[in-house]
Amino acid sequence: MMSWLPENVSTYGAEIDRLFYFVYYLTGVTFFGVQIALLAFLWMYRARPGRRAVYTHGNTTLEIAWTAIPSVILAGLALAGRTTWADIKSRQPATDFVIEITAKQFNWEVRYPGLDGKLGTEDDVLMDNDFHVPVNKPVRVHLKSRDVIHSFFIPVMRLKQDAVPGRDIPVWFEATKAGKYEVPCAELCGFGHSGMKGYIFVDTPGDYATWAREKKVGPAGVTG
Amino acid sequence: MSQAVGHAPAHHGAHAHDEPGFIRKYVFSTDHKMIGKQFLAVGLAMLAIGGVLALLVRWQLAWPETPVPGFGWVPEPTMYEGIIPPETYNAFFTMHATIMIFFAIMPILVGCFGNFLIPLMIGTRDMAFPLLNMLSFWTMVPASILMLASFFVEGGPASSGWTSYPPLASVAAYSGVTTGQNLWVISLIVVGASSLMGSVNYITTVINMRAPGMTWFRLPLTIWALFITAILLLLSLPVLTAALGMLLFDRMFGTHFFAPGAGGEPLLWQHLFWFFGHPEVYVLILPAMGIASEILPVFARKPIFGYRAMAFSIIGIAFLSWIVWGHHMFQSGMHPALGMSFTLTTMVIGVPSAIKTFNWLGTLWGGSIHFTTPMLYAIGFVSMFVIGGLSGIYMASTPVDIFIHDTYYIVAHIHYVVFGGSALGAFAGIYYWYPKMYGRMMNETLGKIHFWGTIIFMNGVFFPMHILGTGGHMRRIYNPLQYDSLQSMQPINVFITQSALLLGLVQLVFVFNFLWSMFAGKPAPKNPWEANTLEWEAPTPPPHGNFPGPVPTVYRGPYEYSSPLVQEDFLPQARRLEPHVTSGGH
Repeated sequence: MMSWLPENVSTYGAEIDRLFYFVYYLTGVTFFGVQIALLAFLWMYRARPGRRAVYTHGNTTLEIAWTAIPSVILAGLALAGRTTWADIKSRQPATDFVIEITAKQFNWEVRYPGLDGKLGTEDDVLMDNDFHVPVNKPVRVHLKSRDVIHSFFIPVMRLKQDAVPGRDIPVWFEATKAGKYEVPCAELCGFGHSGMKGYIFVDTPGDYATWAREKKVGPAGVTG
Repeated sequence: MSQAVGHAPAHHGAHAHDEPGFIRKYVFSTDHKMIGKQFLAVGLAMLAIGGVLALLVRWQLAWPETPVPGFGWVPEPTMYEGIIPPETYNAFFTMHATIMIFFAIMPILVGCFGNFLIPLMIGTRDMAFPLLNMLSFWTMVPASILMLASFFVEGGPASSGWTSYPPLASVAAYSGVTTGQNLWVISLIVVGASSLMGSVNYITTVINMRAPGMTWFRLPLTIWALFITAILLLLSLPVLTAALGMLLFDRMFGTHFFAPGAGGEPLLWQHLFWFFGHPEVYVLILPAMGIASEILPVFARKPIFGYRAMAFSIIGIAFLSWIVWGHHMFQSGMHPALGMSFTLTTMVIGVPSAIKTFNWLGTLWGGSIHFTTPMLYAIGFVSMFVIGGLSGIYMASTPVDIFIHDTYYIVAHIHYVVFGGSALGAFAGIYYWYPKMYGRMMNETLGKIHFWGTIIFMNGVFFPMHILGTGGHMRRIYNPLQYDSLQSMQPINVFITQSALLLGLVQLVFVFNFLWSMFAGKPAPKNPWEANTLEWEAPTPPPHGNFPGPVPTVYRGPYEYSSPLVQEDFLPQARRLEPHVTSGGH
């Protein structure tokens, strides 16, 4: 199953994948254990003439064991993800590369600071759907929505965040590999939901500089 | 408060009633058994409609924008010479889920089995409130009609997902759906009322009307499950109803509960909906778990392993189900700290389900297993539920959920628990209690064909969805070919659809068996499965009042199979043994 996971090109994506694999092995072992035991019992204890079933109501030791062990494993799994979760959703690393993406039916409106380096001023640069970021640099995106709930999804970065009208939700990522990657909407947003997607271009510093110059996009700055 | 004369439970057996006319017997019946069968009939019909909607969705996913064979007659703008446009596609998956959850699974598992079984299995003559019971069915009918009528109004039916998130669902301009979404809301308010009436009845009946000797820990686990389910519905439905009311008011009367521009909050809907929605999914699975716990001991000829653990784990699941709802909202924009608390409770709710699985295995261990059709379905339930439960662990982990939320990984999980769990459990129950309900045996060969076809093809449909989800395939999209990253997975979509078509086809075997056996099946004896519980003490089918003569007295627990006290490998709850032989069980 895991061979179908798309490549990962973000820093925290690797942590997510680690957890994903951990759950995969854990559930895989459990799956085979339980299903094989089931099939074995069905075969071994099929009705045969002259054989009466074992008359037992249970076993307290087993009950305690199969209550305690899953509890420890599952609680442990919940705690195992806490640092990654906090890293991604709560602690936004300081960065000077900040853009704003407003979702709407049915495209992403991307806003960059203009040459004054400040977002929210006259010279901001607007573009639809396709946008560029430099590789190996933390990027912060302020997610908004004009109408309904959308969801900003970059599969290769393991990034997903709902864009909610009336809110400004910051997300961050740091890309580790240059390339062109799809950015689909992942929350049903109407009849045009399917096909609502943009492309994020992760550029080498040189390529990014060229693009930024051409677009008159300023040094990334904070909201003006 | 008192019921009509002649229905007071304590006096039934001795009365000779005038035989009721056709309308009183088959249409406006207050007999719990007839009401149960009425719920089954409507539930099965809606199951078929929900299934066809799923096949339409699957057609579009496998062969996007090609005409669906046999649907050329559907007029524009719903379809274009058989081709499904995006607006209609959204309506199809919305209505598929809505119909399956509220109008198929709940009527069958809760409406049919709850009604038919509770009085019989606890040893009483009817429900506490027979008239209220009749009303609960006859409220579901107009709700169903409203839901189906929404297909035919201008703008089409609801198309914002069964989860109906505002503002898409609260502002008509965003979806293009006007009357259809309003009908959807009203229909669900009405169907909620139906369930509430049923819950009041079930809870009161189980608490107050158990036969002499039927203590709480001698109740069949099916009754435990249905009783706890009724409590979940009683407490959760009012929250859904309130949310639906707010949604309707936003849509029709200019309020702004969910409109951010005017001070409202879209996430309020999600909290309210899922506060209901999570207990709701346990409403969908608990009766099926009860049925599996009922059937496995019968055909393994062994007591259920860990009866008290099984009863307490039902209570544990129900209790925990109130504090996990946020796991549907990890990526919603709610405060990330809530993600931590909800992930912990969500992982922990896996524990009682694990306990149940191990106890089911323990029930099979050392048994003398007879592979009848109900037993095959009960075993299939355990196996498929394990897959559904394990896949849930991925999404319980908040970081992993970032990736798999709103992908087909979720769709795989929900269908393993709701088809592999609830639906297989429903089939198990139908095959098992059909003889008591209709007085005839279903055909075993056809039953086995239905089972093997269903379990093989359902895995062909839903297992590959884990792969799609892992590959990042979003849910609720109309055309996967619009995405570069999904192209390579399209053959999987085709395979899934082919399996789905075969899955649909094999259900015809069940339809035929169900209907044909009613008239031409072998007449069923009183206790064809040699089971212990009280419904098998009643004649087949049971008359009005259930037990000719006095209600049975209960001497032991429900799962005394292969007891050393008797030579037969079963020992009914109501069988009195000679005084020098002490009764086993609880």
